[in-house]
Amino acid sequence: MILARVVGTVVATRKDPRLVSNKLLVARPMDPHGKAEGNYLVAVDTVDAGVGETVLIVSGSSARMAAGMKDCPIDAAIVGIVDHVDVTQGQ
Amino acid sequence: MQIARVIGDVVTTVKDENLNGIKLLVLQPLDPDGKEIGRTLVAVDAVGAGVGETVFFVRGKEASFPFHPTEVPADAGIVGIVDHWHVER
Repeated sequence: MILARVVGTVVATRKDPRLVSNKLLVARPMDPHGKAEGNYLVAVDTVDAGVGETVLIVSGSSARMAAGMKDCPIDAAIVGIVDHVDVTQGQ
Repeated sequence: MQIARVIGDVVTTVKDENLNGIKLLVLQPLDPDGKEIGRTLVAVDAVGAGVGETVFFVRGKEASFPFHPTEVPADAGIVGIVDHWHVER
């Protein structure tokens, strides 16, 4: 999984029927120290996250194991809202 | 699978219910010389690893297999703690 900060929302009218009534958010991956890294991505929100929050994103086929996402055409899902990260080594 | 060092942990309150009770750790992948290589990631812990330990982890859907039959939404999971490792040159 990766840590990311939610930076925006996505609105789509035409979409796969299995995506209807799912919230889509734009997230920017970050390192454990809060520094942004890598490319922005769109993830399905399963935990009621909001813009500005730090979240845990699961990618790939595992994203479909998030609550209510069975057989949905997604490759990234927000599965947790991060309270804090403790890093004791590295960088 | 890949070798990594556990460098931290992640605390979440609001999360997928299938993640309840599962420890989330921050991993820094290592190269054969033990140097840090690539980006850090968060993995679920299936073996009771802790910060500072060297572990090996699996990527992809297989990360959730140790928790079967619970369908844990994880794409990286620690499946072993490394006692020592050696690379022939």
